[in-house]
Amino acid sequence: MDPGTIVAGILTIAILSFLYGDNPVYKMAETLLVGVSMGYVLVITWTNTLMAVLFKPLFVESEFWLIIPFIFGLFMFGRFHKSTSFLSRYSMAVLIGSGAGVAIPAMLGARTLRQMTATVEMVQGDSFLTIFSGLVVVAGLFSTLSYFYFSREHEGIMGRSARVGTYFLMIFFGTTFGYTVMSRVSTFIGRMDFLLSDFLHLTN
Amino acid sequence: MARLFPQIICGFFGIVLFVLYFLKAPSAKTLYLTITSDYWQIIFAFALLVGVASFIRVNIKKVAKLSEGPYVITGLLGLFAMPVMALLWGIKGDSPFMWVFENVQVPLQATVFALLAFFVASASLRGFKARSVPATILLVSALIALLSRSDIFGWFGNSALEFSEWVRSYPSMSARRGILIGIGLGSVTTSLRVILGIERTWLGKDR
Repeated sequence: MDPGTIVAGILTIAILSFLYGDNPVYKMAETLLVGVSMGYVLVITWTNTLMAVLFKPLFVESEFWLIIPFIFGLFMFGRFHKSTSFLSRYSMAVLIGSGAGVAIPAMLGARTLRQMTATVEMVQGDSFLTIFSGLVVVAGLFSTLSYFYFSREHEGIMGRSARVGTYFLMIFFGTTFGYTVMSRVSTFIGRMDFLLSDFLHLTN
Repeated sequence: MARLFPQIICGFFGIVLFVLYFLKAPSAKTLYLTITSDYWQIIFAFALLVGVASFIRVNIKKVAKLSEGPYVITGLLGLFAMPVMALLWGIKGDSPFMWVFENVQVPLQATVFALLAFFVASASLRGFKARSVPATILLVSALIALLSRSDIFGWFGNSALEFSEWVRSYPSMSARRGILIGIGLGSVTTSLRVILGIERTWLGKDR
């Protein structure tokens, strides 16, 4: 048998042993996953970001403007000492400030205006079902938004609308839950298929 | 001063990026992409290095403890083995680095995710009780989503599958859109508060 299959099979059983209860074998496999994943991300980040985007362009191609993010990056290490910990705030300031500046137009465009446009467009159509479905979406959207509107008490029309909003939210949570369970179960079936056919050769 | 200057830098970058987003000049576009791509990537990479260094520092302190020692050593071995293998044999398709990725990391990760199926199922058995109208709607819509891909729905023909698709595409999506719009408006407000210096929790506490 392929050594890779043996290793993968043993590790799969080690993780599944958690179903019996928390045990040393599971803990060992879990910490191995943490270590290996971190090592993998470290190598990929070093190769694809630090070498490709920073060190090679800066020191080989002489793109000296990269010294600015390099210094901000080095400031992050300031966190390890009390007297230099304030330096990491400068790096965070660049990330958070630029992130906030990008988020305003991007969020307004993609998350708000585009969603509104798409909702209104759904009402257009030539069949009864299309128009009805579009109206359901409009009603669902307004009632959901009224549920999240806390500047007015949920009484009268507002209260009824908010209650309908909770029904739509429950439909959303229910379907999302259903699809999440399905994806997890399909992953489990994949692991069992690997264990029973590739590793243990019990099935074809 | 230790808090004021970072705040000024934060506001400056926020305003600059906001303005750059709308400018059409090629130089403005280049600067926008440079900051959002190169600057972010580089600082995030260093943040990751800090995280790894912190992980090593915390775990080395635990090595001596008898109860945690073997687990900590396993984690650290995994962490150090990957860069060493990458250094010695590279990270190409048939390298030991990729072998460990495919035969250790991928199966472990997939099985941990698969394990969640049991916990989600047992939690839903305990939690999904039709005690009220919203709880009943939650239960029914989850069942529709779950059964729509199973053979049970096949007995009802295509119409059952179409109905489950309709539920997902219209009533479910309308609530999703409501949440997305809420997130969008919330993000805009928070971003404005950050740029204007009203929101300062990201600065942390003075040590």
